[in-house]
Amino acid sequence: MASTHRRNAVEFLGAKLLGGLRWAGGLSLLGRETLRWAGRGVVHRRARLRRGTLSAQMVRVGVRSLGVVFVVQSFIGAILALQMAAPLAQWGQESQIPRIVGAAGFRMLGPIITAVVLSGFAGASIAAELGTMVVAEEVEALEVMALNPVRFLVLPRVLATFIMMILLTVIADLILAFGGYAAAWAALGPDVYRGYWDRMRDQLAYMDFFTGLIQGGVFGLLIGLIACFEGLGVRGGAQGVGRATTLTVVYSIVAIGAAALVCTMIFYAFGL
Amino acid sequence: MSAANDIPAVRVWQLVKRFGDHTVLHGVDLEVRPGETMVIMGGSGCGKTTLLKHMIGLLSPDAGSVELFGSRLDELDEDGLDALRRRFGVLFQGGALLTSLTVAENVALALEEHTDLDAETIDIIVRIKLEQVGLREAAGRMPSELSGGMRKRVGLARALALDPEILFYDEPSAGLDPVTTAEIDELIAGLTRKLGVTSVVVTHVMESAFRIADRMAMLDAGRMLKIAPRADFEAIRDGEPTGDEQADLIRQFLRGDAEGPMSARRTLDGYEQDIMRAAEGG
Ligand SMILES: Nc1ncnc2c1ncn2[C@@H]1O[C@H](COP(=O)(O)OP(=O)(O)O)[C@@H](O)[C@H]1O
Ligand SMILES: [Mg+2]
Repeated sequence: MASTHRRNAVEFLGAKLLGGLRWAGGLSLLGRETLRWAGRGVVHRRARLRRGTLSAQMVRVGVRSLGVVFVVQSFIGAILALQMAAPLAQWGQESQIPRIVGAAGFRMLGPIITAVVLSGFAGASIAAELGTMVVAEEVEALEVMALNPVRFLVLPRVLATFIMMILLTVIADLILAFGGYAAAWAALGPDVYRGYWDRMRDQLAYMDFFTGLIQGGVFGLLIGLIACFEGLGVRGGAQGVGRATTLTVVYSIVAIGAAALVCTMIFYAFGL
Repeated sequence: MSAANDIPAVRVWQLVKRFGDHTVLHGVDLEVRPGETMVIMGGSGCGKTTLLKHMIGLLSPDAGSVELFGSRLDELDEDGLDALRRRFGVLFQGGALLTSLTVAENVALALEEHTDLDAETIDIIVRIKLEQVGLREAAGRMPSELSGGMRKRVGLARALALDPEILFYDEPSAGLDPVTTAEIDELIAGLTRKLGVTSVVVTHVMESAFRIADRMAMLDAGRMLKIAPRADFEAIRDGEPTGDEQADLIRQFLRGDAEGPMSARRTLDGYEQDIMRAAEGG
């Protein structure tokens, strides 16, 4: 009995692993197609994006996420400052708070939390939109009009999530820093908040900021690709659309975590 | 007739399609001649849409082949298939308009993407196409503001945009009231007459089928039962039962009778499935 259970568990895990690999394979195929069409768009006038599509997608992706990014990142900045205040005070190092806010915030929490927000807003809505188009045979209609869905639908959306993630990460960093400053001003006293901005500038390396932006871009690509992959993969009506939106958010968050780990390892290996 | 006219517009040969272990098409043959209107009939779930999607290159066969204008679809590369796709138009079941674009933008799409025409010319063509389907005044509206019948008309105008040689229709009258159905049928027949296009129409609505068809094909559970001129099917419909199982099955379908070989088979299938289910449960 115990051995059958174990075998079932192994089979279950094996099936899950295979499913995961197949999913990742499908996603990277879509990524490759998207890259190919991006390249073709640069070379051939015929294959360019239609006027206005990219900007429309950028507005749609960015605007809704902006408010939440604002609120959440100001909290995170304040939390970072307050949380680090006690341990740093033990060593008389409260003046290092801007550095902590910058390093932890710019490198990690800024891009990660922004990406989670974006996957909930933009990722889910892209998946729902494309899924609905699949169900209504709109995607097939594009194909038979010789309009490639990757070029026509996926490329502008992935570009939009990519660009907006980078822009939103810059905004997130600013707000984080302000959140930390506000917390210092309200709770931590003049030793911390006086000269906060100067110290932040002096103590932080450019790389603290740029590694965050690179990650933001990677997360943006992943969110856009996963949302399009799940949306275009919808089968079976409205139920399938609901499933695709949920899975988009879940898979995006897992992918963001995994990508953050990989990025951090690379940055660490190169001393960035 | 010239040699070009001897090549069928569409040629389906021994087409087999499986989804998982469910075989949907069991070796279907069909030829559509240039200029004719071929109507493919059959009950829901018998594989009509699947067959149509093979003809327009959206699905690829597990066995057999599909040719359009004499070229095998599975032998074309992406660009070759795209070039072929500019020569036919498709009206999908619900119209399949892009909901983010206006009616006029939907019709203009293929013209903007596949031709070098300037905006003014495209505008004129769009107006002509909308006029052809009787919807010129709807140009600026969004698809969501249109009724089902209007959406199909716009879908048809869009399919006509590049002056196709073949038009494919999936259930053009499904979900429409009888009057709108008659109007759409009239439109299809009129376009075929005026433009000389070849039409392939999939439908389970018999009045429509008999109104527009030159020849008809009867698909049943993934097998082609009969392909013949409309008159032959009319004769079967209006004649008496012959005792020949196949002819009587076609007759029942054409007449929409509740009694006949089709219903007998259905009861039998149900019985088999019940037994299977009982066996699985036990
Ligand atoms: N993509 C698909 N995956 C699995 N089964 C499918 C798919 N498309 C169609 N089928 C099945 O094939 C059969 C025929 O479908 P279809 O061609 O849509 O029938 P029709 O258009 O005649 O109503 C049905 O049993 C349907 O469930
Ligand atoms: Mg169908």
